[in-house]
Amino acid sequence: MLELRHLSKTYEGKPLLSNVSFTVADGETVCLLGASGSGKSTLLRMIAGLESPESGAICFDGVDLAQTPPHLRDFGLVFQDYALFPHLTVFDNAAFGLKMRDQSKSQIQERAAEVLKLVNLTGFESRKVTELSGGEQQRVALARALAIRPRLLMFDEPLGALDRTLKDQVLDELRHILHETHIPAVYVTHDQEEAFTIADRILLLHNGRIIREGTPAEVWSHPGSAWAAKFLNVGNVVEGVISEKRKVETSFGVVDLRCEHIHAVGEQVGLLLKPSSTGPLKVNARVEDVLFQRDQFKVELAGGLFIHLKEAPKVGEPIQIHFDVECLSNV
Amino acid sequence: MKLRSLPAILFLALFFFYPLARILGLTLDTSVFTLDNFLLAWRALSFTFYQAFLSTFLTFLLGLPAAYLFARFDFRGKSLLRAMTAIPFMLPTVVVASSFNALFGPRGWLSFLAPSSTFNFSPFALILLAHVFYNTTIIIRIVGNALTQLDPRLEAAARTLGANPLKVWTHVILPLLRVPLLAAGLLVFLFDFTSFGVILLLGGAKFATLEVEIYIQALQLLDLPMAALLSVIQLLCTLTFSILYSRLSAQMLVPTAPRPSTARRPRTLTEKLYTASIIFLLSSFFVLPLIALPIRSITRLEADRGQRGDVQYGLTMSYYSELFVNRRGSIFYVPPAEAARNSLTYAAATVALSLLLGLPLASALARPGHFERILDPLLMLPLGASAVTLGLGFIVTFNRLLLTSHFSLLSSPLIIPLAHTIIALPFVVRALQPAITSIPERLRHAAATLGASPWRVWQTVDWPILSRAILSAATFAFTVSLGEFGAATLLARPDFPTLPVAIARFLAQPGGLNYGQAMAMSTILMGITLLGILSIEKLRLPGAGEF
Repeated sequence: MLELRHLSKTYEGKPLLSNVSFTVADGETVCLLGASGSGKSTLLRMIAGLESPESGAICFDGVDLAQTPPHLRDFGLVFQDYALFPHLTVFDNAAFGLKMRDQSKSQIQERAAEVLKLVNLTGFESRKVTELSGGEQQRVALARALAIRPRLLMFDEPLGALDRTLKDQVLDELRHILHETHIPAVYVTHDQEEAFTIADRILLLHNGRIIREGTPAEVWSHPGSAWAAKFLNVGNVVEGVISEKRKVETSFGVVDLRCEHIHAVGEQVGLLLKPSSTGPLKVNARVEDVLFQRDQFKVELAGGLFIHLKEAPKVGEPIQIHFDVECLSNV
Repeated sequence: MKLRSLPAILFLALFFFYPLARILGLTLDTSVFTLDNFLLAWRALSFTFYQAFLSTFLTFLLGLPAAYLFARFDFRGKSLLRAMTAIPFMLPTVVVASSFNALFGPRGWLSFLAPSSTFNFSPFALILLAHVFYNTTIIIRIVGNALTQLDPRLEAAARTLGANPLKVWTHVILPLLRVPLLAAGLLVFLFDFTSFGVILLLGGAKFATLEVEIYIQALQLLDLPMAALLSVIQLLCTLTFSILYSRLSAQMLVPTAPRPSTARRPRTLTEKLYTASIIFLLSSFFVLPLIALPIRSITRLEADRGQRGDVQYGLTMSYYSELFVNRRGSIFYVPPAEAARNSLTYAAATVALSLLLGLPLASALARPGHFERILDPLLMLPLGASAVTLGLGFIVTFNRLLLTSHFSLLSSPLIIPLAHTIIALPFVVRALQPAITSIPERLRHAAATLGASPWRVWQTVDWPILSRAILSAATFAFTVSLGEFGAATLLARPDFPTLPVAIARFLAQPGGLNYGQAMAMSTILMGITLLGILSIEKLRLPGAGEF
C-alpha cells in the first residue's frame, strides 16, 4: 500500500503542492485529476524518487522511502510521450529493467516475451521503436514498466498524444490489464473522461491541494466546489447572494437553500443548477441555440444557462426548466 | 554558372589547386621512393598518430566533465566561463605556445615559483596540454549540445526501471551520444593531427610530426620532393578524416525546435562538489596561461647579463621598449616593431583581397545553381589542407614562375597575403553567405515596386544587413592573417618577418631579454586577437552557425 503523508513542494519560491496526503490500496487505481501546472507530474516524480519532497513522507507497505533511490523502488512509471529508448529495439526496451536487475538471459527472454504478449506486441520484438505508431509506442512503454513486476504503477498523462478512438481502445485495455495484474496504480491526467473511465477513486487537484476525493460517481454528482463544478463541466454554475437566512437570490429568482454551510446575509455563494423535474427553481427562457452532441442536444438558453435534451427544440421557442440547486464551497 | 564567381575560382585555381598539383607532380619523381625516406615518413606518420591520439584522449578527459557541467548545471559566471573555454580556439598558435611557455616553460612562472619540483613538464607534456587547451571547446560544444538535446526523461525512465547512475551512463546516455562523441573526437583528432606551430614552438624539431617534418625537409634540408611526399600523405589522411567527419555530422540530428534547457543549480552535495571542482579546474586551466603571458611580459625573473646567480626580479617595461631597438646591428635583424607593421600590412591586404573575391563568390553561392552546388564543397577544401602544405605548394610553384625576369613572386612580400587569402576565403564566404541568403528577395521587390532604383535598393535593403556581416568577415580575415604561423614561417623572407614568425625567432634565441620580448610581442598579438574575437562575437548574426 502506498501512503503519502503531508507532502509539500515549492517551485521557484511558489507553493506547488501543499500538504497532500492520500493512500493507494492494493489493486486500486487512483486518479489524480487537475489542470496542467497543478503539480501532478511533480507528485509522480516524487513518488518515483526522481525528486524529493520538501516536507512530508512517502511510505510503501509502511516503509519510509526517503532514503531509497529511484532504481531500488521497483515502481513502474509510464511517461507522457513514453520516453522510449530510441537506440533500442522493442524487445530491448521491454527488457531494459530486467537487464538492469542482472537477470539471466533466459529469464529476460521469457519475461519480455510475456509482457509483449500482454500488450499485444508479439512479433514486434526486433522493430525500432522510432518506427512505431503512437499507440504501439504506448504499449511498449506499458510493457517496459510491467516487465519488472512493479510494486506500483504510475502513469503520467499516458494517452495525451493519442487520438480519440485510439484513446478509448487503449484505455479499455489498460483497465483490463490493471484489474488482471492487481497492481496498485496512480494515474495522472487532465482529461476527465480518461479519469472517470480508469479510476476506482478520483483525487481532484487544484492549486497544489486535493479539493475533492471520491469514486467517479460521487465526484461527478457532488463536485463540492465552484471550481470543481466548472472544471468537470458538471452543469450550470451561477452566482447568488444570501438574501436572508436559508434563502439565496439569483438572477433567475429566489430559492430555498438546503446545505450544511453557515452563511451570513449578503454573502456571495456559487450554486450548481441541475435540471430536475422536481427542482425548486423554475426558469422561463428562450432557446438561443441548439448544438448536436451525439445522442443528445445541448440547448443554450437566454441568460447563459444550458441543458441537455433528447429532442431538439426550435431556436427562439420559450421553454420552462426546473432546476435543483446545490450550494458550492468557494475554493 | 554566375560570372561574378569567376575571379575567386581563378584565384583558387592558381593559388591553391595548381600548387597542390605541383606537389603531387613532385612525388612522381620516383627517386624519392627510397627505403630511408619511407622509414622517415613512417616514423613521422606514426608519431603524428600517437600524439594526436594521446591529445584527443586527454581532451576528452577534460572536455566530457566540462560538457556535462555546461549542459546540466547553472551557476554564476557560466557564460563567461564558457566563453573563456572557447577563446583558445581562435588564438594564434604562437600566442598559445608563448602562454604555455610563460606558465610551464623553463623560464616560466612554475619553474620560478617551484624550482626543481615535480611540476616540471616535459616539452611533450606541454604540447599535449596545449592541444587540450585548444580543443576542449569542441567537445563542450558538440557533446554538450547533444547532451542538452537529450530528453531528460530517458534518464528518469532508466532510473525507475532499476538502472543505477552508472548504468544510466553506460546503457542510455553514452549509446545515445555515440555519433556526437565520434564526431567531436574526429574533429579534435583532425586538429591535433595537423597541429604545427604548437609542436614546433613548444617541442622543437625533435618532435617530428608530419607537419614539422615537411617544414624541416623543405626549409632546412631543402629536399622538396621528400617534403612533397610527406604532404601527400598528410593530405590523404586529413581528406579521409574530413570525409568521415562530414558523414558523421550529417547523421547528427538537427533539432527542429531546441529543447528548453534542463540546466539547474546543483542541489546535492555530490553535485556541488562536482560543479565546484570542474569550475575550478576549467577556470585555472583556461585563465592561468592567458594571465601568465601578459604578466610575464612585464616581469623580470632572472639575472641580468654578467650578474649570473644574482637574480633580480620586479616589474619592468624594458621588454616593450626594447621592441623598437636594433641591438644586434645585423642586417637580417628586424626590429619587432617592423615585424608588427609587416603583419598589419599583410592582414590589411588579406582583408581587402578576401573581401574582393569573397563578396561576389558568396552572393553567387547564396542562390546556387547547378554549378554553384558543385563549387561549394570545392571552395571549402582549403580548410582541410594544412598551412604548411600550402606554404610548400607556394615554394614549389612560385619559385620558378617568374613574372618578370628579375622578379619572382616567391621573394615578393606579396606572397604572404596571397597565402593568407586562400586560408581566410572559406571563413569569409561562410560569414557572408548566410547574411546574403537571409535577405528575402521579396524585400528587394517591394523596394523596387515602391520606386527604388537598383542602386537605391542595394543601398537601402542589402547594405544595412550586409555591412555587419562584411565587418565580421573582415575581422575574421584580419585575425586569421595576423596569427597565421605555418604558411608564414615557410614563406616569409628573412627581412620581412610577420609578428608570429618574429616571436618564434625570439623564442628560439637564448637570453632573458629575447624571451621577454617574445612575451611582449605575444601579449600584443593576444590583445589584438582578443579584440577581434570580441567584435566578431558582437557582430554575429543571431542563429548563425559556429562550426
